Amino acid sequence: MTIDGFTAIYLFTLAAFTGYEVISRVPVILHTPLMSGSNFIHGLVLAGAIIALGHATTTTEIIIGFVSVLLATGNAVGGYVVTVRMLEMFKSKSNEGDNHA
Amino acid sequence: MRDIIIQIIYFAASILFILGLKRMSSPKTATSGIQWAGIGMLLAIVVTFLYPDLHNFGLILLAITIGTVVAWIAAKKVAMTEMPEMIALYNGMGGGAAAAIAAVELFKLSSGSVETMTLTTFVLAIIGGLIGAVSFSGSVLAFFKLRDWLKNIYFPMQQIINLSVLAAAILFGIMFFFWHSPVVCILFFAASLAYGVLMTMSIGGADMPVVIALYNAFTGLAVACEGFVMNNVAMIIAGTIVGSSGTLLTLLMAKAMNRSITNVIFTKFGGGGNGAAVEGTTKSMEIDDAAVMLNFVSKVIFIPGYGMAVAQAQQKVWELASLLLDKGVDVKFAIHPVAGRMPGHMNVLLAEAGVPYDYIADMEEINNDFASTDIVIVLGANDVVNPAARTDKTSPIYGMPILNADQAKQIFVIKRGKGKGYAGIENLLFFNDKCRMVYGDAKQVMAKMIQTLKEQE
Repeated sequence: MTIDGFTAIYLFTLAAFTGYEVISRVPVILHTPLMSGSNFIHGLVLAGAIIALGHATTTTEIIIGFVSVLLATGNAVGGYVVTVRMLEMFKSKSNEGDNHA
Repeated sequence: MRDIIIQIIYFAASILFILGLKRMSSPKTATSGIQWAGIGMLLAIVVTFLYPDLHNFGLILLAITIGTVVAWIAAKKVAMTEMPEMIALYNGMGGGAAAAIAAVELFKLSSGSVETMTLTTFVLAIIGGLIGAVSFSGSVLAFFKLRDWLKNIYFPMQQIINLSVLAAAILFGIMFFFWHSPVVCILFFAASLAYGVLMTMSIGGADMPVVIALYNAFTGLAVACEGFVMNNVAMIIAGTIVGSSGTLLTLLMAKAMNRSITNVIFTKFGGGGNGAAVEGTTKSMEIDDAAVMLNFVSKVIFIPGYGMAVAQAQQKVWELASLLLDKGVDVKFAIHPVAGRMPGHMNVLLAEAGVPYDYIADMEEINNDFASTDIVIVLGANDVVNPAARTDKTSPIYGMPILNADQAKQIFVIKRGKGKGYAGIENLLFFNDKCRMVYGDAKQVMAKMIQTLKEQE
């Protein structure tokens, strides 16, 4: 499947509206986990990095491709773990309930 | 057949990302939201291995293994107070990865392994490379600055030099289209990386949260651009969603500070304008005396800031607040939108300490309550309570909405030393007659107050 310029513009525009709408009603308390969560989602750059390294032929390309996969993995894995850790604190809090209310 | 499987999985992953992000927008469903997005990611990455003509599998798996182990350990070990710089760092890595993808594709042009590239693909590769590289070096620098390993750096003609470097990067990019020399390509990336460093160097103070949000959006855009270059729909969608949601978050932050994005990037915050000199003196108070006064109050508001994060005082703060709640005192936590160094930074810390939502209030909710409050306890917050933002037109923070701490009957400011806030300006609140400075590390001060209060029971 090849994406031509116009299809890309459609994709880009519709995805941009989706991202904007999905986020627009987020409470302030979730801003940091949310930024961290969206940070995880662009970790999908790993897919591109795998393809780039997988198609690399010269030494230069292989070295840069390797760095790319390494960095992208860091983005995806680190972003996920950090987000889950932050969100878990919100969860435990609501379970404990209001013992002072 | 393979292609159909890949596209179906990518489509499913894109849906999971959108639904996951949606679920992350409510505290109740947030944890499941990141899990949905995680499943989407796992599916998309696994199916990517089905791409035709892939080589170097050993290297790919090696890089993934090293990256996973290092990032996993670092992410598990990092303290909650250090979250902002960690997010900045992981975000920078994503930008770096996008720039590296652009570099691989562009080098193929100069080595001759790829003959031509369409103009659209080339332009998007260059734009993604530029933005990704800026996000990478900028985020790494932001990481250093948040760690306090680096201070703001200013030099003459800063903006002109910065913009010249950016213009040079764009020029090298255009040049490369006509002349596929590896040297030009290297110069393009060098200039892009340099611009990221230069751009972040002069941004400091309370502007940091805005910058981290901005680089998050940048990386998203870079990933979307490289998604087109790699002919990968899932990357385009994931990158664009982050690009637009990150932009929205950036605008919300900037709005909360009453500053425009261009202002944040091109104007120095603090350091330059100092505001009017303040006359008068500050009055300090011993910890014990301050604690005793807490026995005679009916309404207390805590204003946490970066000082609370540094001192890791959130547990002790909640312990003191619980003690007051047991005495029947009305306790609230007032959160300024840009308190700390990241949107929602204080909310995360208070959540870690187990403070229920009901006690946490936004600036708009609580700003009218200060006048009827007996004691406001400012914990390592500074610029967000500075009344100069309302009155002093020469102050660099003039116009920024602040918490009306100065309207309370009594103000305690808990602070490590007499230093100025992150914006580098004097705080008029500290010179207020109703204000008492309680010097000390926030955690130790809280512990001492708790001890004093308990001894008196």
